[in-house]
Amino acid sequence: MAPVQRINAWLRAVPAWTLYVAGAIPPAWLFFLAASGRLGADPVKGLERQMGEWALMLMVAVLAVTPLRRFVGLNLLKFRRAIGLLAFFYVLGHFLIWVLLDMGLLWSQILADIVKRPYVTIGMAGFLMLLPLAITSNNRSIRRMGAQRWQRLHKLTYPAALAGAVHYIWLVKSWPLEPFLYLALILMLLALRLRVATRAMA
Amino acid sequence: MTYRFRTDLRWSDVTPKGVFLNRRQLMAGAAAFGLARPALAKIAAQPSAYSTDEVPNRFEDITSYNNYYEFGTGKEDPAANAGSLTVKPWTVKIDGMVDRPGDYGLEDILAHVTLEERIYRFRCVEAWSMVVPWIGFQLSDLLARAGVRASAEYVAFETLMRPEEMPGQNYPILEWPYREGLRLDEAMHPLTILATGLYGEVLPNQSGAPIRLVVPWKYGFKSIKAIVRITLTDSQPPTSWNMQNPGEYGFYSNVNPEVDHPRWSQASERPLGAGLFAGRVPTRKFNGYDEVAGLYAGQDLAVDF
Repeated sequence: MAPVQRINAWLRAVPAWTLYVAGAIPPAWLFFLAASGRLGADPVKGLERQMGEWALMLMVAVLAVTPLRRFVGLNLLKFRRAIGLLAFFYVLGHFLIWVLLDMGLLWSQILADIVKRPYVTIGMAGFLMLLPLAITSNNRSIRRMGAQRWQRLHKLTYPAALAGAVHYIWLVKSWPLEPFLYLALILMLLALRLRVATRAMA
Repeated sequence: MTYRFRTDLRWSDVTPKGVFLNRRQLMAGAAAFGLARPALAKIAAQPSAYSTDEVPNRFEDITSYNNYYEFGTGKEDPAANAGSLTVKPWTVKIDGMVDRPGDYGLEDILAHVTLEERIYRFRCVEAWSMVVPWIGFQLSDLLARAGVRASAEYVAFETLMRPEEMPGQNYPILEWPYREGLRLDEAMHPLTILATGLYGEVLPNQSGAPIRLVVPWKYGFKSIKAIVRITLTDSQPPTSWNMQNPGEYGFYSNVNPEVDHPRWSQASERPLGAGLFAGRVPTRKFNGYDEVAGLYAGQDLAVDF
């Protein structure tokens, strides 16, 4: 058996719900560190940045599922919903940290930032795009909507991921490497789909 | 077992605030009566009327959360990487429109000034703030010693350029060396100091050792670190962040809640050190140092941002 098939066989034995349990551990640990004063001088920024970065990693992971299956033969399809939902919950956490801890519920300033600050606007847009995806990430929604419509809706993952990466680039001072890495990864994963789509048309 | 002496203890654990304040009184008392320096403190400094009575942030917060891109762009990078910087011997070249230009050794500079403790609010352009107990002297004292000529209008500052000890300088994050500048009246203002110490100790490398500028009514990036050159000039000098992004960082960069950074609001700030749920406080114009307002009379600070 090829190594990839062996991994596939092994993964078949792992239930998808374990991902939700595993996914809950890092934020819980992070919050514990922040609350106990172990996250440096600015625990609020620490929480916010880390949750945002993890959310981007999960977005990259969810976009990698299809290319990995197509080009490597690794089958992670059964985990895709869990990865996507975790990405949503991490973005939600990131948003709540911003509203509650960073902005301290100063609604006038929060709303002004959403409207006036392009990096906040685009981050908000990405978050709102994920909302219908999270709500319809269940079997009943797929049945009710029909596979085609459901799939079309879930293509929102692509602009949402791009919005997340641009949001990150737009908020940093100078030009650090990480935000560009995320954008490059996401663009690469989207380009892989484009190639397949054009080949299918030919 | 290698790490058995590593503990979770902090400076504040071994130095409760009461003792801390006591120590400060002791130092002040010793200075007042001309007594020997207390053994605890390495630097004796006079208290100053310019100090705020707000409680300073913890030593380890001040020294572990720094923007000092010469040592990396992460906030913890300077604390991790600045230890290798050689700060002895150190000379500051003072040139341009002065009567006595030359290379001034740091010991020589310090021999001619009275050190004071200046507890200042520190407001970062990223909308967080701290309170920092600096030790330093007024920049005007050093400028007077060098003899500023009547033709001088601006003061330009330069940070050390030493890529082998400052790894960040190997990357084009900013145009190195770091440069800053002040108008002469800003430089001569009694609030403007050159700091050589922090919390009664010699300035840690990540905080700008051995000598740095502190201008408390301007965003933190104006307070240039590890200064090796001070030039008096008659034209507005180029400054690093303004060179990198002139639309976002002006020459003046006074703390001003009415003038937003193009990408984020400056209306409020998060004071660090007060815990997860401390929230925000409104930002004050000139960071609350209203006595400098007169320097900008007749200027539109939305234009001269």
